[in-house]
Amino acid sequence: MPTVGSSWGRYPHVTQNIVPLHWRGAELPTPDGTLLAYGNGRSYGDSCLNDAGNLLVTRGLDRLIAFDPGSGILRCEAGVLFSEILDLVIPQGWFLPVLPGTKFITVGGAIANDVHGKNHHRAGTFGEHVRQFELLRSDGSRLLCDRTQNSELFHASIGGLGLTGLIVWAEFSLQRIAGPWLATETLRFENLAEFFALSSASEKDYEYSVAWIDCCAPEAKLGRGLFMRANHAQVSNAKRPPRQRHLRMPFTPPLSLVNRASLRLFNTLYYHRPIAAHGLSHYEPFFFPLDSIAEWNRMYGPRGFLQYQCLVPPQNSAEVVAELLRIIARSGTGSFLAVLKTFGEREAAGLMSFARTGTTLALDFANAGPSTFALLDRLDAVVAAASGSVYPAKDARMSSAHFRQYFPQWEKLQTHIDPKFSSSFWRRVTE
Amino acid sequence: MRRVLIIGATSAIAEATARLLAARGDSLFLVARDADRLQTIATDLGVRGAVRVATATLEVTDFDAHAAVINAASLALGGIDTVLIAHGTLSDQIECQGSVDALRREFVINALSTMALLTPLANLLEAQGFGTLAVISSVAGDRGRQSNYVYGSAKAALSVFLGGLRQRLAKSKVNVLTIKPGFVDTPMTAAFKKSALWAQPAQIATGIVNAIDRGRSVVYLPWFWSIIMLIIRSIPEPIFKRLKL
Ligand SMILES: Cc1cc2nc3c(=O)[nH]c(=O)nc-3n(C[C@H](O)[C@H](O)[C@H](O)COP(=O)(O)OP(=O)(O)OC[C@H]3O[C@@H](n4cnc5c(N)ncnc54)[C@H](O)[C@@H]3O)c2cc1C
Repeated sequence: MPTVGSSWGRYPHVTQNIVPLHWRGAELPTPDGTLLAYGNGRSYGDSCLNDAGNLLVTRGLDRLIAFDPGSGILRCEAGVLFSEILDLVIPQGWFLPVLPGTKFITVGGAIANDVHGKNHHRAGTFGEHVRQFELLRSDGSRLLCDRTQNSELFHASIGGLGLTGLIVWAEFSLQRIAGPWLATETLRFENLAEFFALSSASEKDYEYSVAWIDCCAPEAKLGRGLFMRANHAQVSNAKRPPRQRHLRMPFTPPLSLVNRASLRLFNTLYYHRPIAAHGLSHYEPFFFPLDSIAEWNRMYGPRGFLQYQCLVPPQNSAEVVAELLRIIARSGTGSFLAVLKTFGEREAAGLMSFARTGTTLALDFANAGPSTFALLDRLDAVVAAASGSVYPAKDARMSSAHFRQYFPQWEKLQTHIDPKFSSSFWRRVTE
Repeated sequence: MRRVLIIGATSAIAEATARLLAARGDSLFLVARDADRLQTIATDLGVRGAVRVATATLEVTDFDAHAAVINAASLALGGIDTVLIAHGTLSDQIECQGSVDALRREFVINALSTMALLTPLANLLEAQGFGTLAVISSVAGDRGRQSNYVYGSAKAALSVFLGGLRQRLAKSKVNVLTIKPGFVDTPMTAAFKKSALWAQPAQIATGIVNAIDRGRSVVYLPWFWSIIMLIIRSIPEPIFKRLKL
């Protein structure tokens, strides 16, 4: 388990007072200084950190409240993990409507970042499936928020970065499935044009789609990668695969293991790996390829790493993504898994939701100091010029000017922020 | 499908254990001080699959109330197969050094109340000729240390009591399980700095359920505490006196 009070990118390091929460009926603690809820620390940067303030650690709020196996409506406390929900509901024929790339996130964190998954074109973000939640504010009030009561706070809290108060519990709808299996297809593509063609061809018939891009490919092969798409399989009783082996990064190596040579090797091998065009996959390796190595984030060494996830609008997605990939390839940095996905045309569930129509590119960079920050600033310049945006859940460094340009609605969020709540991220991008 | 009475059911270890029991379809009777917290946990266990969950509030230091609660549990569950006693406080050593009231209070909660509860429960299980009494003691009871010998000596008394009870009930096919957790990351220890020796309540719970199922007598959880305590017990007094433990 990562240390409570740090984020997944292990950057930045901050000092804060840890306040564990355990009972949903209890009053909000009132220590000196600002408050911020902390779920399971799966945000990469500083949106889940509160330097010199207090972190309300919600993992102790992990009780289920009601589950109706007929309608698939689940109500639970905000610190319940997606992994715990999956274990509970899959045997009863239900599945979470939206899953990010790790199952170790809390319900509160999923709402506060309005997370998206590989089915955005079908299901939108997690917030779309939330029916109601209770918000505990620092004035002691408990507000039931849904689409009619306190609806402005409801929409402000979805994607609201934890700033509108503490979500104590939430109720949301699940989706029906026959079993834990997916019928998958993997296709190789040689350039971005092929990626976009595959993407739009898959939207209609496939519930899930995502692509991996070789971010080290030379100019001539720019944008090559593997396209994965899947539907829930109608089988319920296929033989369970041998349980995923659970590995762990046992310690933090003194230097990042991720470097130019290991990256190029991995990316080339991954692209050329033999692929079975069609297959039946258990949901875990399909959705959470990285979860099988606990604490893989340590491999980037003591300085941690930065993830960059941006969204570019559909009009000029192809050129902008190509430009970004060119800048990254030239830098010789970048990650093992660079993920590319198109988002569907859906209305955003929250005021500040990141996921909107367009194309999203996500990848990790070892923190090599100023050169990494300069590289990410160059990417920001391209994204900003294209009227795109950057995902706060993954960010530890975007400038406040860029943030305000990406999320002009930030001023509206400010009117809903609880006066006692704040985060390192929020201070960095608004002050 | 077991019928389990849990006393101190709102403690983190008891709650984690109850979840494992609920998931396998056991019936549970939960006892603790706070009605709201009990309800929160009972609802959760119901959603997790417990066949039946009932609750009662009890102040364990109110000895006169013990019998009624045990009766209520037996009635609600239709008999009792397994009892888990998990209540306790982590005594403030410094306070107990300065106050006999505090010393007495800690002994009543951590030793006497548990022995009092075990007295009728042992007779009940002895008479029916089966069942398990699982009781949370502590590694702290293995040797007195300056940092927490009040808590430790209360737990030591409890461990000895359990040892005797185990011997007595063996011929009635009733198992007495002494559980000795090491450092557990619970609300009770929220203020402590955590090292690699700290375990999560869920890990301890798995150990407890396994030990109950296998009819074990004494378990250290996690297991490595048996080695740590073996070493600590074998340090000669002249040296031990000078240590800072
Ligand atoms: C391997 C990996 C893959 C990922 N893939 C995706 C992906 O595909 N799509 C995606 O959208 N995200 C993805 N993420 C990011 C992750 O889903 C989000 O950062 C998520 O919000 C983390 O949830 P958490 O419970 O760890 O919350 P934290 O990171 O601890 O907190 C996140 C935010 O939620 C707030 N918060 C937490 N609990 C509460 C509460 N009870 N009340 C109010 N506010 C609260 C915090 O204040 C903070 O602002 C990925 C992360 C990892 C590590």
